[in-house]
Amino acid sequence: MSFVEVLPQILAPFKGVKGVALEEYFTSGHRTCQGCESALVMKLMIKAAGDRTIVLGSTGCMYVANTTYYTTPWVVPWMHTQLGSSGSAALGTAAALKALMRKGKMKSEPINVIAFCGDGGGADMGLSAISATLTHRDYNCLILMYDNESYANTDIQLSGSTPYGAYTTFSPAGKVKRIMHKRWKKNMAGMMAAGHPECRYVATVCPTYAVDMMNRVRKALTLGGPTFIHSLDPCPKGWDYDPMYSHELGEMAIKCGIFPLYEVEDGKLSYYGQTKYLVEGRTKRLPVREYLNRQGRFAHFLEEDIEYFQAKVDEMWEKWLLPGVLPLTKE
Amino acid sequence: MRADTLVIPQETEALISGCEAIAQACKLADVDVITGYPIRPYDTVMQAIAKLISNGEFDAEYIIAESEHSQFEIVKHASAVGARVFAGSSGVGWFYAMEALAVTAGLRMPVVAIVGNRALDDPGAFGVEHNDALAVRDLGWMLTWVDTAQEALDTALMAWRLAEDRRVLLPIAIGMDGAYLTHSQVLVKVPSQEMVEQFLPPYDRAELQLHPDNPITVAPQVNEDWLIEIRKQSDEAMKRAKSLIPDVYADFHRTFGRGESPWFEEYMMEDAEIALLGQGTIAMPLKVAVRQLRAQGQKVGVVRLKWLRPFPTEELRATLSKVKAVGVIDRDYSFGSPFHAGVLATEMRSALYSLEKRPYVVSFIAGLGGREVTAENVIDMSNMTMKVAASGKADTETHWIGVRG
Repeated sequence: MSFVEVLPQILAPFKGVKGVALEEYFTSGHRTCQGCESALVMKLMIKAAGDRTIVLGSTGCMYVANTTYYTTPWVVPWMHTQLGSSGSAALGTAAALKALMRKGKMKSEPINVIAFCGDGGGADMGLSAISATLTHRDYNCLILMYDNESYANTDIQLSGSTPYGAYTTFSPAGKVKRIMHKRWKKNMAGMMAAGHPECRYVATVCPTYAVDMMNRVRKALTLGGPTFIHSLDPCPKGWDYDPMYSHELGEMAIKCGIFPLYEVEDGKLSYYGQTKYLVEGRTKRLPVREYLNRQGRFAHFLEEDIEYFQAKVDEMWEKWLLPGVLPLTKE
Repeated sequence: MRADTLVIPQETEALISGCEAIAQACKLADVDVITGYPIRPYDTVMQAIAKLISNGEFDAEYIIAESEHSQFEIVKHASAVGARVFAGSSGVGWFYAMEALAVTAGLRMPVVAIVGNRALDDPGAFGVEHNDALAVRDLGWMLTWVDTAQEALDTALMAWRLAEDRRVLLPIAIGMDGAYLTHSQVLVKVPSQEMVEQFLPPYDRAELQLHPDNPITVAPQVNEDWLIEIRKQSDEAMKRAKSLIPDVYADFHRTFGRGESPWFEEYMMEDAEIALLGQGTIAMPLKVAVRQLRAQGQKVGVVRLKWLRPFPTEELRATLSKVKAVGVIDRDYSFGSPFHAGVLATEMRSALYSLEKRPYVVSFIAGLGGREVTAENVIDMSNMTMKVAASGKADTETHWIGVRG
């Protein structure tokens, strides 16, 4: 039996914004909201990956709003997968390529496989399939979770990734219960990094920092094996703010320390961007107050809610053994 | 053709179970991607495949998924890229995969699967009931039941050919009665690789293949604008499958010398006054009892139905219009259905209804949860069916056989 390992593509990092490829593989034909950061994530993700890529899209905004029959923004091959199936879609596609190339039924070449999911499809329903895929080190595939912090396509319902207290259609602030959603946001990237010792790469990204984000996608694909990227995507519809502030809110989430930017490569943790400055003490975390006040979903917050939110974020940085990454403490 | 260029058909005999026969079929069909997840009784097929792979006898991507849902999603996506695929499940495992099973049919991915039929939970039972596989009967899955390990191997080889045919492109589920067939070992003729290659062409998705050289968008949202047209296309595909199945069986028979009757097996039906009809391994007690009844001069025959989807309506009507009554034995149930019958009896009534001269349908439910259906049970059912035939009065009751009080 001949055994040809399919190696990943080698994608060198873009050197600054002027070094970014000009080709677009996510073009016109979608109908996402004005200011939609997740659509930008799609565009940047495939720009970073290039055209020798197969994209699998799990149910969610980036399926329904992007791919309505007769129009598709995808220049690369794209296929829908079920809400909880991003992990399985990536695995099945990668396994087929591997088998067909090994058996000589398809020309052997490195082909990127990227499956994306929203926070509902990833951190809720798809968790077990993503987790399984991250243990299959023989298959090259990237799972990218675009986290707009709610089931935004279906009417803004809370997910396991919705921040504490946020107003969603399943957690409206009422006359008696001001805070309906009392769960703290799931720590998805940290969980993926901690739980899958052979996964070579886990990173968090934010499309506010486009070149940083694209280079994390390129690194994930180049390292190969199953990899995972968690992107925080401000969502004008779900977060309730003027679409012109999408980038600014992403920047604030990072500067407040609510969403840390880091990567874990072969088990080695490194912070980057604004988060690196926070960790090194070169900048101070902004208070969460202004970030919360800028969004309609927190408009019902009283002083005590803001204080609670701040205290929880402080814990991430002051008590966690790996600040912002893993909620383990010494005591 | 010169004689020395002819491929000489060679088969070897092996003592194997139904599941082991399916594993041999996977190897012979050169399946590319296989996904397993443990649940009894289908899972022995995955154990057999694992041995073939670990011993270097078979080359495939063999993935143990973390759930049945993932099992079927993985093979669905592998199929879209152009890989020949296989998976399987049983009982509630098949139900756990239900969303994936629905989209596999909706997308018309030629996945071939076995269902090692098992009663659904709760309460738990390992034994056979057909309600697991029956759950996909309306979705665009082709659905067949086999009776022997030989038929399992042969049907699997035909299944890939049918499912992957450009005129069909529908998934196929092969029902195999838990324990009775999945685990019982018998002598099976295992064909040679050369013979199988003559019969089964490679899987070629052509312009439907998901690959960077062919950048298509698969399964966008179509909404009310196109959905009914796409459903109609699936309907047409199922109808084409119906017309292709006899050709595939004929070709299989030419190559391997087996499997001449595609739709159902008839036993002692030549001059029968009544027929007893069922699916799967129930054929054994039916035949044993019918031999006894024939010895007593009773004109009883057996029809063992193979394909439920597509349903052989015309063929069954031709055969059954010759009898006065047909006793339909369901190893399943459809609570609250017309006459509180099983699925098969309800389908039979529907199929025979518009015949001018139609037999009475007598509905039986037997053998649930793997309970043995004995020859005595069959004789009881035959007597009841005979009575209806003689009385000339329809019997709309559903008779549960062997239920303790």
